[in-house]
Amino acid sequence: MIREPLIFEISEKGKRAFSLPELDVPEKKDILKNLPLRKEIMGFPEVSEVEVIRHFTRLSRTNYSVDEGFYPLGSCTMKYNPKINEKVAAILEFISSHPYAPSDLVQGNLEILKTVEELLAEITGMEAFSLQPSAGAQGELLGMMLIRACLEERGNPRSIVLIPDSAHGTNPSSAHICGYRVQEVKSNEKGTIEVDDLARHMTEDVAALMITNPNTLGVFEADIKEIAKIVHSKGGFIYMDGANMNALVGISRPGDMDVDVIHLNLHKTFSTPHGGGGPGAGPVGVKRELEPYLPIPVIEKKEGKYILDYDRPQTVGRVRSFFGNFLVVVKALAYILSLGPQGLKEVAEVAVLNSNYIRKSLENEYHLKYKTPTLHECVFSDKFQKEHDVLNIDIAKRLIDYGLHPPTMSFPLIVQGALMTEPTETESKRDLDLFIDAMKQIARESKENPEVVKSAPHTSYVRRLDETAAARQQILRWEEEGKAEK
Amino acid sequence: MGYISLSEKDKKEMMDRIGISSVAELFRTIPEDVKLKRKLKIPSPLTEVELVSRFEEFAQRNKYRDFLSFLGAGAYPHLIPYVVDYLSSRGEFVSPYTPYQPEVSQGTLQVIFEFQTLICQLTGMDIANASLYDGASGAAEAVLMAHRLKEKPRVLIPLALHPQYRKVIRTYVKNLGVTLEEVGYTESGRMDLEDLKRKLDGQTSAVVAQSPNFFGVVEDLGKISDMAHSAGALSVVVITEPVSLGLLEAPGALGADIVTGEGQPFGIPLSFGGPYLGFMSCSKEFVRQFPGRIAGETKDVEGRRGFVLTLSTREQFIRRERATSNICTNQALCALRATIFLETLGKEGLRDLAWQNMQKANYALEKLSQAKGINRKFSGSIFNEFVIELSADIAKVETALREKGVIPGLKIGEFYPGLGNCLLVCVTETHKKEEIDQLASFLEEAL
Repeated sequence: MIREPLIFEISEKGKRAFSLPELDVPEKKDILKNLPLRKEIMGFPEVSEVEVIRHFTRLSRTNYSVDEGFYPLGSCTMKYNPKINEKVAAILEFISSHPYAPSDLVQGNLEILKTVEELLAEITGMEAFSLQPSAGAQGELLGMMLIRACLEERGNPRSIVLIPDSAHGTNPSSAHICGYRVQEVKSNEKGTIEVDDLARHMTEDVAALMITNPNTLGVFEADIKEIAKIVHSKGGFIYMDGANMNALVGISRPGDMDVDVIHLNLHKTFSTPHGGGGPGAGPVGVKRELEPYLPIPVIEKKEGKYILDYDRPQTVGRVRSFFGNFLVVVKALAYILSLGPQGLKEVAEVAVLNSNYIRKSLENEYHLKYKTPTLHECVFSDKFQKEHDVLNIDIAKRLIDYGLHPPTMSFPLIVQGALMTEPTETESKRDLDLFIDAMKQIARESKENPEVVKSAPHTSYVRRLDETAAARQQILRWEEEGKAEK
Repeated sequence: MGYISLSEKDKKEMMDRIGISSVAELFRTIPEDVKLKRKLKIPSPLTEVELVSRFEEFAQRNKYRDFLSFLGAGAYPHLIPYVVDYLSSRGEFVSPYTPYQPEVSQGTLQVIFEFQTLICQLTGMDIANASLYDGASGAAEAVLMAHRLKEKPRVLIPLALHPQYRKVIRTYVKNLGVTLEEVGYTESGRMDLEDLKRKLDGQTSAVVAQSPNFFGVVEDLGKISDMAHSAGALSVVVITEPVSLGLLEAPGALGADIVTGEGQPFGIPLSFGGPYLGFMSCSKEFVRQFPGRIAGETKDVEGRRGFVLTLSTREQFIRRERATSNICTNQALCALRATIFLETLGKEGLRDLAWQNMQKANYALEKLSQAKGINRKFSGSIFNEFVIELSADIAKVETALREKGVIPGLKIGEFYPGLGNCLLVCVTETHKKEEIDQLASFLEEAL
């Protein structure tokens, strides 16, 4: 395989890949006076169109993707991204709409937004939605802001947010940016929240409990109603991280679990592509009590017309410009409309079936810290392999040699050496079996030939990369030779 | 239609291995009282053909595209070379996750590294991140970062900063003990430096400036940065129209400490406001407080160059509540589009683009200012937007132009009560001379 250089390294003066039509107004030089002008953009690339095409095509081929194969990254819900959704989101009337266009000229866009708000409310059992947040973490932040605004109006914003030790790292981070102190709630031996422990932590200084359900172990928090009762009885709110909604669509609704606020990830449950790290969308759903605090503008339907309501005196404000990631919302709508009620329920059923099939197939080879039944994902650990000095990262890298993407390793923190595996509903039995066989083979290799696992990957475009050196050297951009150190 | 790949036979075999006779058994841990006992009330499924016509119906209810529009204000119409759509729609870029496994994500990582380099070159800064959600939340992240670095309670933001950016900053800092104070503008449309001087004190963490600002006027960033620094504050520069950087001096060369902004003009369609692309760059010394993902160069075990996400100890998945930001998923595919766009235009292409924007907008400004009943509102030099004041009632003028199929710009009176009869007009390379002339004559007729 050709090793693709950085574009800056193949740049040559005078090359061009694009030209503009001739300027059709009389050129004036005097408009530049009094302006700070730059001589040139130092180091900026100059290449031909063919070079651009080859560059990005070659780079793309070094990526593993869902289109290529199984991608069981736990908590990320790497399902197939339907291609037709890309096509409808590229319709000219959508992509060429200016966000300041007068409302009466973008009724189609507003109808889409309103329709998605209503569909998500039905799917989650919540009562109102905002589609403004750009991703799950921004949804979390907005959700916490809504809670804070409501508590402030009641007289005391409170100071603590409770978060289980199994939570995703964005939860504590979002609570912190909202001005809260985080208190951790310990999981019990089943991997769920211990109700008594929660009751001990729950005081009138606690603003909210942030809960993920099913949690990051894939376990359903069966005491959710009891938990909500405890939190509500002290005037707190239940925030649910909806990252794992893929396990529940059509089966169970957070609103019916007495959840007050939830965020969803359209790029997880609702199939919009992850794009190598975004754009996603993190809509936030609330119960009526928190609706007045939603960000502006709110879309209303009046006399058959969609209008934008900015006159919301209790609003928290805005977390980003305009209406959020509109085209992502378009794709999610296409997904929901393609599947319908039965299709959505089947998503959860098959996602859970696939996950349990993997769990059952690998339970002898890989340690499962928690024996509790799981839904859409399960968290193995490297405990058995560790005896041979093989760690979760080695197993992950060895999977690459088998042509598969590794599971998640960075959390949950309560499982040491975690391999959080989420197959999603879109995978064929053949692909599941490929993964299962590879994992079994790696378990054997760990015993018989651990070196081959520890030195993996062997076949990829680059082999194991020195991440420590990257953090130490901090080469974070290309620089012209001789200019590396200023 | 669903996207399930299991046959009934597969399902049966899988259930046999698990030891269940129905999938419902797998949901037994969910208590009955929180189970949904009915079907979801959502429409019946559509086939692909039906789906496309459904969305074409939505699209037909949008009429904006029939109009000649001069709207800008943080979202700019620009040409997009065809290769941007072509390359950025490759499944290898579209369908992976964040590059947590660098050995199988070199494509995404190298693109991020190139993107970071391009942003550094454009803004004149040392380091840049992999992207943020959009310009407005980028501005908020920059304010939070400056506050972490300086730990002083005040941040000064200009009234000539985009109103939505001001709103987002306000929303983000509300609960963190930061006091925002607004700095006015002069008749030139630039930041009122006397007002800035009065408001700057030793308790100020940062001075924010937008250039070109919301009125389209280019700020004196050198002066503003100097003033910020002499009071011990950081200079934060916001760029909503980065095409301007093809021509205007890099903020880094004018003393900026943090530069952030909106990358939409770089190959991302207007898309009714999103997805867009936040970018951010800063001096090397601030790297520990820098938010967002960063790609860095390293070597593999065979000594070959490769790229990884680095400095992750700043980030939420390691540091949890002490992270520099809660951002996780960002806007990688939009950053890819911007990278392809910038590399396709190249050094000369971006300069030409900036040049054409400036020439056309200035032509329009002159043409409109000559018309009866229209006044140029601010005297400061502009890039591709400007404010005009109309002698007649703005709503009436708008209605008259609407009938001619023209949206002449954005009314800014609702954001600036003192500018009640003012329009913010944006002219880019996408507007032809005849269209600008048309705008002028229609406006004159209506006044």
